[in-house]
Amino acid sequence: MPDENKKKGPLGRFLDLPADSIAKTVVVATALCLVASMIVSAAAVTLRPIQQANSQRDKQINILEVAGIYEPGTDVAQAFEAFEPHVVELETGEFADQYDIDTYADLASDWDPAIVRALDEDPAGLGGEMLAYQMVYLLRDDEGGIDKVILPVEGYGLWSTLYGFIALEENGNDIFGLQFYQHGETPGLGAEVDNPRWKALWNGKKLRDEDGTLQITVAKAPPAAGRDYYIDALSGATLTSRGVDNLVRFWMGEEGFGPFLERLKAGEI
Amino acid sequence: MAQTRRSQLVDPLIDNNPITLQVLGICSALAVTSSLKVALVMAIAVTLVTAFSSMFISMLRNHIPGSIRIIVQMVIIASLVILVDQVLKAYAFEISKTLSVFVGLIITNCIVMGRAEAFAMKNPPVDSFIDGIGNGLGYGLILMTVGVFRELFGSGSLFGITILKTVNNGGWYVPNGLLLLPPSAFFVIGLLIWAIRAWKPGQVEERQYKIQTVEAH
Repeated sequence: MPDENKKKGPLGRFLDLPADSIAKTVVVATALCLVASMIVSAAAVTLRPIQQANSQRDKQINILEVAGIYEPGTDVAQAFEAFEPHVVELETGEFADQYDIDTYADLASDWDPAIVRALDEDPAGLGGEMLAYQMVYLLRDDEGGIDKVILPVEGYGLWSTLYGFIALEENGNDIFGLQFYQHGETPGLGAEVDNPRWKALWNGKKLRDEDGTLQITVAKAPPAAGRDYYIDALSGATLTSRGVDNLVRFWMGEEGFGPFLERLKAGEI
Repeated sequence: MAQTRRSQLVDPLIDNNPITLQVLGICSALAVTSSLKVALVMAIAVTLVTAFSSMFISMLRNHIPGSIRIIVQMVIIASLVILVDQVLKAYAFEISKTLSVFVGLIITNCIVMGRAEAFAMKNPPVDSFIDGIGNGLGYGLILMTVGVFRELFGSGSLFGITILKTVNNGGWYVPNGLLLLPPSAFFVIGLLIWAIRAWKPGQVEERQYKIQTVEAH
């Protein structure tokens, strides 16, 4: 018997151990975890560039779509060159040129304390804090004036945080479009925020009245201010509609892009 | 078990269906059947995960210590699910966005665990692989059937192509919103189970209780 055991070598002898022995249990568990973790991390690392490119592209497509210049089949990266990205400090509404786009992207993805601000009131359901600097995208017309601005918005609906972009005309008050690129709302009900017919309702609506009061609302019935400020809520999706109402009002308000929009209106940008 | 390879593949479709007979994997069947495209991708993902996890578990079956066998199975299944998730994110980004959390939840899909524990631990790798494919297909069949009902009557379309033009889009069909919510899948699956058991009475389980009858005095 010992001879036979020697012939098999250490691995063979190990495999012959009863599966329930302590040695084998420990070794099998360790080996399996090592192999599995190596496979998983190899997959994650090798596929990451493609995944990042995908989500980048997806975001760009959404910016193009909300600006109304996306056509299927166009070269997304090239079409996206038309936009002029800027980092904006929300509180002052000024361009924060101390951060270039890449530095900002790194800081934002790390949720760096330097650019994070705590929220006292959190109507959009952002989790109590937000980035005090945000990326905006300017689209210029042929003469170099502002044609449209694209601003990021996010907020909690019924099940999930909705992430999207709102496109405003050059006066910073007329809405061109609103579009969400990521959300987990109920298909057929809340997810109707993606319905082109509903999105079309936003076109031509106004954020503020002549006194500068924020009037835009997503509601069941038109507000006193009139239909210019009214988006018909989605039927069967009360909470998603309320979420969209809250998030648009938050981001367009003083805590959000309000100061920036004022500067835009005054022609300072 | 004197099963031929063919019967391993075909049996789980109707005769031994993991959803309608064994009533496993219901949770994901509720979640992903509101549109057919998502249901199809989910079915393919579950089929692949079941097949490959059964195969790997079966290859290791003689060396898996009984005391930690469930954990070992989970590690193998979870690794495969993460692989599927990563691949979807890289090559089918749109669909992975809609499937979101449900791909991750394949890990807890009882069908995968069920086949690992009931079949792969006792059978050779090739058989286990085929058994996994068969059960995945059985799961997929029910998913697609439920998906057809829910998408057609809930959104008036199949695979996103409009069949019944809904009122929202200027048509005549008033969609049944209930069908888009998860509970409707319970009703559809329940009706399916009823239909299948009416067709094949052999699947009806014996009552675990007896209705007492009071004799007339």
